Amino acid sequence: MTDAWIVVLAVGTATVAIKSLGPVLLGGRPLPSAVTGVVELLAPALLAALVVTQALASGQSISPDARLVGMAAAGIALWRKAPILVVIVVAAAATALTRSFV
Amino acid sequence: MGGSSARRYRDGARAVAPLAVAVLGFGISFGLLARSAGMGWLAPIVMSATTFAGSAQFAAVSILGAGGTVAAAVAAAVLLNIRYGPIGVSVAPWLDGPAWWRFLRAQLVVDESWAVAAEGEGRFDPGILVGAGLLLYVSWVAGTAIGAFGGQALGDPKTLGLDAAFPALFLSLLLPQLRNRRTIVAAVLGGAIALALTPVAAAGVPIIAASAGCLIGLARK
Repeated sequence: MTDAWIVVLAVGTATVAIKSLGPVLLGGRPLPSAVTGVVELLAPALLAALVVTQALASGQSISPDARLVGMAAAGIALWRKAPILVVIVVAAAATALTRSFV
Repeated sequence: MGGSSARRYRDGARAVAPLAVAVLGFGISFGLLARSAGMGWLAPIVMSATTFAGSAQFAAVSILGAGGTVAAAVAAAVLLNIRYGPIGVSVAPWLDGPAWWRFLRAQLVVDESWAVAAEGEGRFDPGILVGAGLLLYVSWVAGTAIGAFGGQALGDPKTLGLDAAFPALFLSLLLPQLRNRRTIVAAVLGGAIALALTPVAAAGVPIIAASAGCLIGLARK
């Protein structure tokens, strides 16, 4: 078997297992109350981490680029209560425009 | 019940529809990258269909393409996907039914489907999750196939600014979550930890460490 296939099978198996763990073992029942307090803060913590890394990082370096203009435009759209579809299109368009000029 | 869950599926698909274009574009990039890394056409498609996690797939294939070892490629990808452990726990209460059905729906959990299904205060809508996850899955696998067969339908997704679509979606979904002091503190901690660790830690670690920001939930309310 080639290296590529070993990676495909190993990563696939591991990811399927990781994704299944919670839903298969704990599915359909309320979580213990000690865990609920933590889990309800997972969304804000993780979403904030995804925002900053995907808006600012390139690989392992923090390198602000045209995405920042896109995020600023998204911020304005959100402030004007635009629907998410508009926010996303505005962010992509502002980023693309900035890249075409810089 | 059936009718209403079909509507939730549709709502979920609609919620990520603007992202589906971006996911298709990055799927094409992934297919092209995998092909140029010498993986052929079938392995990248199988990888997208089974792993269904963009960042991990890009990491693994980049490492292989740069002549890295199998172990390094697998380790990087697994590290990037560890976050799906806690994410899976967070949606578990909302996925009911037989184990095989929970198992299948768990595969549709990616950052974006999870984020649009989050209703705040730890609640998730499983119909939204599945509808969004299915559309993203089809886009990702189809994009990979197009790229793996050498298509360049969209060119570089970055030229179209599609890489900014993802943080814009996450920002849109983050703001309504910030309802009280605890959620704001968790978000600030999560963002700060991820930012601080990005330059120094292996890819994947900053995001896992940032999710530890939710541990402030253990503090007294």
